[in-house]
Amino acid sequence: MDDHFSPQEIAAMVQPDRVHRDAYASPVIFDLEMERIFGRTWLLLGHDSQIPNPGDYFTTVMGRQPVIAVRQNDGGVRVLYNRCAHRGPMLCSLAKGSVREFTCPYHGWVYGLDGNLVSVPVPGGYAGENDPRSKKMGMIPVPRLELYRGFIFASLADTGQSLKQFLGPVISSFDDLVDRAPEGVVEIAGGIARHAYNGNWKFMLENHLDGLHPRYVHASSVAAANAQDDNKATDGAGEIAVRQMRQNGAPNELWENIGLWASENGHGFLADYHDDEKLVKYSDDPVHLEYRRRMEAVHGPERTREILTLMRWNTIVYPNVSFMSQFGQLRILRPVSVDRSVVETYVFRLKGAPEEMLHRSVAFANVVNGSGSPVLTDDLEVYERTQTGLHTDGNPWVDYARGAGRDIDDGAMQRGATGTSEIAIRNQFAAWREYMVADHAQRPGVAAQ
Amino acid sequence: MNIGTQDPSGADAREIELFLIHEADLLDRRLYNDWLGLFTDNCRYWIPLEEDQADPKTTVSIVYDDRKLLETRVRRLGEASMHAQAPHSRTLHVIGNLVIVKHDDGGAISVRSNQVVTEYRLNEIRILAGQVFHELERHAGGFRIASKRFNLIDSEAEHRGIPIII
Repeated sequence: MDDHFSPQEIAAMVQPDRVHRDAYASPVIFDLEMERIFGRTWLLLGHDSQIPNPGDYFTTVMGRQPVIAVRQNDGGVRVLYNRCAHRGPMLCSLAKGSVREFTCPYHGWVYGLDGNLVSVPVPGGYAGENDPRSKKMGMIPVPRLELYRGFIFASLADTGQSLKQFLGPVISSFDDLVDRAPEGVVEIAGGIARHAYNGNWKFMLENHLDGLHPRYVHASSVAAANAQDDNKATDGAGEIAVRQMRQNGAPNELWENIGLWASENGHGFLADYHDDEKLVKYSDDPVHLEYRRRMEAVHGPERTREILTLMRWNTIVYPNVSFMSQFGQLRILRPVSVDRSVVETYVFRLKGAPEEMLHRSVAFANVVNGSGSPVLTDDLEVYERTQTGLHTDGNPWVDYARGAGRDIDDGAMQRGATGTSEIAIRNQFAAWREYMVADHAQRPGVAAQ
Repeated sequence: MNIGTQDPSGADAREIELFLIHEADLLDRRLYNDWLGLFTDNCRYWIPLEEDQADPKTTVSIVYDDRKLLETRVRRLGEASMHAQAPHSRTLHVIGNLVIVKHDDGGAISVRSNQVVTEYRLNEIRILAGQVFHELERHAGGFRIASKRFNLIDSEAEHRGIPIII
């Protein structure tokens, strides 16, 4: 099974109570994942607030393929493969920027924002029909692109579910995030931080819906925060961080009672966990009162209450998104290799909200996403230890039986019997198996052989 | 004012340099409580994300600690359950290019230095290098650190966890 996996072998790796470690440890499986999962599903690339004006662009990677998201002159967004039609260099090497056109650094081919070829140098060098313009050469758009409330999704496959079908019930978490802005619009603010770990990409998606790990993985920060003297000076940032660390030490009864939902395509969310009150004393907080006043001016008190009392912790959009709609935090996962993953983290400004709300989201980001965070660093350590542990031959299986057989049908979703159920991991692997064993004879852009 | 010149208001560059060496030495010896004791009651310890980051409130940081969070960070380093430091790192600070940027009559001193921190853990070496800005206050018993800002040259890189204090 080392260099080839048949569909039957892959299907047999995913069992009701366990998954074979090759799913995390085999470079061959990783290559297949890039093709069959990241090459087929919708992937979140970013948010259109990153590119407000024509010519604004950001670059990213879909699976392993570099792409450019660029704002068009007509206000639309395009996602183009980041390579010159001529000899192949990436046209944009920066993470973001603003251009009038794309010019290749190698031989000066020039493309419009729509990817169409504008000019080549010394065009007389081509005989008639060989002229790249008459051949309609240009930058190639990725096969599919859809936006939902500003979030830019693209797919490398020509066909498949619409974005709304793909997202299913978890689309409500995007609504939750955006509805919390008094103006109904959010924008990415606060910089893009990255962290990495030497472990498989799936660990992060599993961990973010794992209600059992905080008390153990985060034991050190829980203990340190619990012992913290609350009278020491804080400008607000430390206050939020210490509260969040303490929250991780909540008793098992709390974790058992939180809600954990899973839906088709590997998605899910952890909800009914904690309200904002745990992080800031809202009842007498002038920033929150002002925020609530602005929300009520738009929505009225009833709808405002409805929006603000929805408790959504992490939402996973499989395979590359984890976000916290309630707290304006987003992570986009970028697998690099079977044992290396990069996470790009974003913070949102809720337009129309007091600016201090952004300050709080930034402080919260530092404790949940910062590469120096007293919380995150223990997660990253455990991911790396898991990757190494899975090299052992003694036990080739990874267990996720907690709660198996007890999942509860709940409309379009399934709910874990308890908040520490491993339902989300089983659900992710159900989707994984489906993608990995589906018929792949018709790969986009590849002729049948 | 550069190293080796006498400071008109009394702070000698060599004295400041020795203080920074002492501070780094406490970190390298993992005497974190003693290190924390060098800081003022309203201090900041900051590793910004962006090279020229002006504000820790509107842009995220690798680390941004006020006194309260810094105490928690230091206390955590003493917890046996801190997985990210089992085993713990060994570090070695090297400090150079010290420049006294500002020195006012009230005893407030701004110092800039270049620092290279070599970290060893689990058979790997990692270099954490950058420009460090100290805001110092002169007290009866010596200097206190009001603010330490470490501008990593690769602050925006894809870092694995940085659980140690640098």
